Amino acid sequence: MNNSIELIPSQVRRDILRMVHAVQSGHPGGSMGCTEFFVALYFKLLNHSPEPFNMDGKNEDLFFLSNGHISPVFYSVLARSGYFPVEELNTFRKIDSRLQGHPTTHEGLPGIRVASGSLGQGLSVAIGAAEAKRLSGDKNLVFTLHGDGELQEGQVWEAALYAGSKNIDNIIATIDANGQQIDGSTEEVMAMGDIGLKFEAFGWQVIQIIDGNDLSQVIDGLTSGIKHSGKGKPICIVMKTEMGAGVDFMSGTHKWHGIAPNDEQLENALSQLPETLGDYPL
Amino acid sequence: MHSYINSGHKDTRSGFGSGLYHLGKINPKVVALCADLTGSLKMNAFADEFPERFFQTGIAEANMIGIAAGLTIGGRIPFTGTFANFSTGRVYDQIRQSIAYSGKNVKICASHAGLTLGEDGATHQILEDIGLMKMLPGMTVISTCDYNETKAATIAISNHSGPVYLRFGRPKVPNFTAPEKPFLIGKADILTEGDDVTIIANGHLVWEALEAYNSLKEIGIKAEVINFSTIKPLDIKTLLKSAKKTGRVVTAEEHQRNGGLGDSVSQALSLNNPCPIEMVAVNDSFGESGKPDQLLKKYGLDAKNIISAVKRVLKR
Repeated sequence: MNNSIELIPSQVRRDILRMVHAVQSGHPGGSMGCTEFFVALYFKLLNHSPEPFNMDGKNEDLFFLSNGHISPVFYSVLARSGYFPVEELNTFRKIDSRLQGHPTTHEGLPGIRVASGSLGQGLSVAIGAAEAKRLSGDKNLVFTLHGDGELQEGQVWEAALYAGSKNIDNIIATIDANGQQIDGSTEEVMAMGDIGLKFEAFGWQVIQIIDGNDLSQVIDGLTSGIKHSGKGKPICIVMKTEMGAGVDFMSGTHKWHGIAPNDEQLENALSQLPETLGDYPL
Repeated sequence: MHSYINSGHKDTRSGFGSGLYHLGKINPKVVALCADLTGSLKMNAFADEFPERFFQTGIAEANMIGIAAGLTIGGRIPFTGTFANFSTGRVYDQIRQSIAYSGKNVKICASHAGLTLGEDGATHQILEDIGLMKMLPGMTVISTCDYNETKAATIAISNHSGPVYLRFGRPKVPNFTAPEKPFLIGKADILTEGDDVTIIANGHLVWEALEAYNSLKEIGIKAEVINFSTIKPLDIKTLLKSAKKTGRVVTAEEHQRNGGLGDSVSQALSLNNPCPIEMVAVNDSFGESGKPDQLLKKYGLDAKNIISAVKRVLKR
């Protein structure tokens, strides 16, 4: 796995672009920015058992995606790590699909433990799952991912305060600090200041990942997070990423937050991303 | 006279506290969360006896709802406790996405509902909560009438798989239902039999309906009083059987007319067995400060108003 893990992000990005292109809707920018994070987690660090999927997740690590709109990367990585057939990626956002626009338990898709999309709710749910693990003596960890713009939701800070105050040290929350949101940069829309300092002030142990699109840096940062768990503090990883990373014309802009590439753009994008594991059939 | 005896005034919220404590003893899966209102919700006994299963979230209801949803993922059965206003309107989207749409087995337990909250006034007197909750797909909605029924319902919902909204209140009110009587979710309870009119009530207005029954009997009107503590799923079978017999229906509840019990009853009747109906409920207004009995009187929710509604419906 160690030797081949570098091959996965390119394939995941192809999945993201092909899924979004097929239905001309969805969120490719943030998905491509977080590809290395998902690959590191699901193919290297998470103690998980895809088959059979167990909702309660006893004796395994759990992951909650709070910024549910980056469902394409989540679905690709879940399929590629064995939660459901890769062919099913072809149903993304189509009628009668388990791959809804935003992740949900409602259609019974393996790997999803709570619906997300309306922002700011995932950290609270993850804390509940972490409390359940503490209560049953389960030493496994709970991971989450949040957008930086998402931190503008007040509930996130209710949850951050709770986790710091109650010493929830079996949770590792990663912030996708891409500096972008729908109406522009976070600087323009609602300047976030120093995210790490804010979490530190709420009693969290903060770890920085300087380049969240460098797979080895992401693995190192998450590994450091795991090492720091169990020591009385919740862990926050502030991970800088580029929206649209991996494709030159999509990278570093909020333009591709919720826009699908056209035929020509798809062809151009795919030419920059080698097909490493085989595309899912259309 | 009806045969129900008030065994002494007691608050419904204490019925919840007692039921929750009982569950704590018999079911290790049951956990409880509270947003800084442990005393008001009568959750102290549970919190003191089972501190490891009690989660104090502080004044942060949205986070409490999310944590409750997450606790189910470890197989726990969470009961959240705060005022009805903060249990519903304040956290509607959290309930909708993290609990209802996600199909999580959370019991949302809400005290201080309705006008009878009293002196705190309209900011806290939610009269829209049942409407909000019954619109959510898969949500079971219950409003109990006295201490005994609230305790029994608290215990019963722990055995129901799926999200539940359990509504109760603040003041001490007559306690008249049978102690230790098992609560059946979705089953209405016929309290008095009668042929002339059906009175459908829940919450604090069930006792008012029984008072109305006595007065109506004195003037020769025989009312069938039914306690519809479960608003959703509605016991349509019991409703239709009684409405077919009496041909006249009055509903009574401590809630807005829009979205309440009367709304559900009216919909079921108009689809299945159209007949005259009158509704005793708050008519599109906010409440105000005052004593519970003063408020019930001013907003048209006491026994006298139920009697007037019966007289109106009999003339139609």
